[in-house]
Amino acid sequence: MNGTLKRASVACLLMFGLLMININYLQAVKADDLRTDSRNTRSFFARYQNERGMITAGGETLAKSVDTGAANTFRFQRKYTDGPVYAPVIGFFAPESAQGIEGAENKYLDGTHPDLFVRRTVDLITSKPTRGAAVDLTLVPKAQKIAYEDMQKSGKRGAVVALDPRTGAILTMVSLPTFDPNTMAAPDKSKAAKVYNKLDKDDNKPLLNRAISTTYAPGSTFKVVTSAAYLSEDSSRDANTEVDAPNVLPLPGTNIGLPNYHGESCGGRATLLDALTISCNTAFGTMGLEMGYDKLKEQAAKFGMGQPMSIPLDVVASDIGPDEGKAALAQTSIGQRSNQITPLQMAMVAAGVANQGKVMKPYLVNKIVSPDNEDIDSTRPQELDEAVTPQVADELRKMMISVVQNGTGTAAQLPGITVAGKTGTAETAKGAASHAWFIAFAPAEDPKVAVAVFVESGSAGNDATGGAVAAPIAHDVMQAVLGQ
Amino acid sequence: MSAVDVAAVPMTAKRRGAQLVMLAFAVAIVMVAYANVGLGTNGQVPAGMLTYGLGLGGLMLAAYFVMAKFAPWADPLVLPLVTLVNGLGLVMIYRIEQATPKLASASNQLFWTALGVVMFSVTLIVLRDHRALQRMTYTAGFVGLGLLILPLLPLLGKEINGARIWVGVGGFSIQPGEFAKLALVVFFAGYLVAKRDVLALAGRRLLMIDLPRARDLGPVLITWVVSVGVLVMEKDLGTSLLLFGAFIAMLYVATQRTSWVLIGVLLFIGGAFVAGQLFSHVGARFDVWLNPSSQALYDRTFGSSYQLMQGLFGMGSGGILGTGLGQGHPNLIPLSFSDFIFAATGEELGLTGLMALLMVYALIVERGLRTAIAARDPFSKLLAGGLSFILAWQVFIIVGGVTNLIPLTGLVTPFMSQGGSALLANWILIALLVRMSDAARRPPPQAIQDEGLTQVFQR
Repeated sequence: MNGTLKRASVACLLMFGLLMININYLQAVKADDLRTDSRNTRSFFARYQNERGMITAGGETLAKSVDTGAANTFRFQRKYTDGPVYAPVIGFFAPESAQGIEGAENKYLDGTHPDLFVRRTVDLITSKPTRGAAVDLTLVPKAQKIAYEDMQKSGKRGAVVALDPRTGAILTMVSLPTFDPNTMAAPDKSKAAKVYNKLDKDDNKPLLNRAISTTYAPGSTFKVVTSAAYLSEDSSRDANTEVDAPNVLPLPGTNIGLPNYHGESCGGRATLLDALTISCNTAFGTMGLEMGYDKLKEQAAKFGMGQPMSIPLDVVASDIGPDEGKAALAQTSIGQRSNQITPLQMAMVAAGVANQGKVMKPYLVNKIVSPDNEDIDSTRPQELDEAVTPQVADELRKMMISVVQNGTGTAAQLPGITVAGKTGTAETAKGAASHAWFIAFAPAEDPKVAVAVFVESGSAGNDATGGAVAAPIAHDVMQAVLGQ
Repeated sequence: MSAVDVAAVPMTAKRRGAQLVMLAFAVAIVMVAYANVGLGTNGQVPAGMLTYGLGLGGLMLAAYFVMAKFAPWADPLVLPLVTLVNGLGLVMIYRIEQATPKLASASNQLFWTALGVVMFSVTLIVLRDHRALQRMTYTAGFVGLGLLILPLLPLLGKEINGARIWVGVGGFSIQPGEFAKLALVVFFAGYLVAKRDVLALAGRRLLMIDLPRARDLGPVLITWVVSVGVLVMEKDLGTSLLLFGAFIAMLYVATQRTSWVLIGVLLFIGGAFVAGQLFSHVGARFDVWLNPSSQALYDRTFGSSYQLMQGLFGMGSGGILGTGLGQGHPNLIPLSFSDFIFAATGEELGLTGLMALLMVYALIVERGLRTAIAARDPFSKLLAGGLSFILAWQVFIIVGGVTNLIPLTGLVTPFMSQGGSALLANWILIALLVRMSDAARRPPPQAIQDEGLTQVFQR
């Protein structure tokens, strides 16, 4: 019987072998899937087990984890200060999802990032609980709050973005309407889901970060890009170069014409400076037709349009639209037609001009700080592209100063500081209210802040213009940044 | 020449000292694990650590002395290995008691462990020669069958968690099936020893397979009917699979005919398939096995994969090193104190702990099979082989079930799951193995005088 007993032993060995292979498969190969399965409540507990890093900006704590003392279940809960003001940037940390910085920098915040490996190991050995690293943002709280209040007080929808033109640091990013991330912070899946679904279905789209997640017709603010392309095309051109500026520009291939705003006249011919100051549509239409689609597209790309970015939040690509013929090109040149741009991208246009033509890569995270206050990583400013030469930037600066001093953007003037800017009023549909835009930078001689204000159509009355509605907000934001 | 022959008979060492050291080691591991639970749950070494540790240590010391006196030649490794698994089971139940105090009770389990050790000792003391069991072959068969159908009796039987495998005696519930398992293995061994020649030799050859005669199929068919009967009447898939598998394995060992295995497997697959079609609770297990993570199966109220998936989630969350004792969430796994104790252990001790645990089980089984191979008579060989196999087979069925290697059928994890009947039965099983190991390893009586050219041979 020993022969069959030995075979039975082999069978037993085989059974144990199979069991061992199977648990290896489950606990090593498939472990991550099982761990992260949404039905696994453990990952839900684990989300609240460790002290999540703070999110700070300019010395203020915007988000922190509070110890509730409930060991082994939902120990740490997230609390947000001024939730609605920062929500578009910070996002939220809900039971099953995280958005904004909470999502994008999650690995640092929850302490699982490879950079924190050594710390984690030390914690493990000394049996200290793992803590996440803090994320310090580039936002300037004072400017952020004033931008939010200016928009919110008058019930406007839209976005405000301010950049440091020298580095690309994002100083302000506000989007309205917004939400309070505290409402989704409780470890209650169904409650958080209810709040989220309500926000998601809201027609005013409070979850949408209007500064980066969607594009709008830029209107006349785009004339800065058209001017940049026109000046760069021929180095003999400057702010005083004259172009045709008829009362109505016939659109080639159609029987309609491109009029000026409210049918005003630009006097037949105008210098670039005058054309931008009074925002003469026909002059820029003419420039666009003279240059052709490719030149305009190329210039737009140099400012950063045409590709998505990560700041580290995802920024959708801005685009001047496809080449649809001459009539379309004239409209594209004044920021209409299929020309669709994010407020952040328009702020980058202003910042590029301000920074002598160099566009810096925008970023939100200033630095990552370990739980014991050591800097783990800090963002080094990077140049994205040279949009225009310093000479062209100088001419554009002159033209934009004139807009604020003598033209449509006088509401953005700051006492004792030269401001350069451009207004925009973009038609969205025939008869519908327009989007109001304003882009600016200051001080014009040594720019420290560049800003784009976007007010969505219909939220600021029916004849909202960039000069009347958007420029005052830019004024307050620039003042807050410069006065800090 | 003849003097050399006498010296060539291998002398097995008793290794009692080694056994004592390993026993102490096993108890030490259990005590450290016990302290770990306290440190993991509330940062303190539990107050009862010394009581529990010394209690377990004292019990095992007693078992050691009984072995030293009544089975001195027995395998020294078996008792420490069983102590380790039983102790870890106690620790896990203590840990689960912290999370779900209503369901798990470590002090009860310690009491049953003590009773188990008593049964172990009593078996060793009373049963001086296991071959006495061979004379009780048919008695054992009737007792086994009787115990199996006991829960079906109207007043005695109780249905718990959907399976009617319990008998209420006074305040206790016992699972007679656990003891039936032992009686039936004794019966199989005795019966097969008597009939092995006819089962092995008679028959005809067809398609390279030696088919048995129709009338020799009788016992196979009866066992099959009993297994399927248990499955249907008591809704106990686990025991049914356990008994049938053990019988087929023993039949194969006794007759050396592969055809029995094939016939057995075909019969079982056929039976299981028909049962799957006829009984929804069997069919549900198959659905869940094939597609455990399906949301529809997870959500359904009857026969859902919820329990299985919670166990798998626990194991997945434990990963390679585990969360550490006291730091997982065994309360999330239904039945974590009984059928799913393996999954709960996997969460806290991780892959590393489970591999070690399976290794310990494999070693116990291997020591048992070694005893079978070393045994000197066919009955001992079959009994030791059958008992070892049924232990391995039980671990395979329940661990394979909770890890979704095979469809889940409820069975206790030997020496770990909470429950007195299984613990007592398994301690008796170990006592039988120890008894046979003692007989197998005991050196043959030395010749009083030189017997000249008498041939000495080993079996």
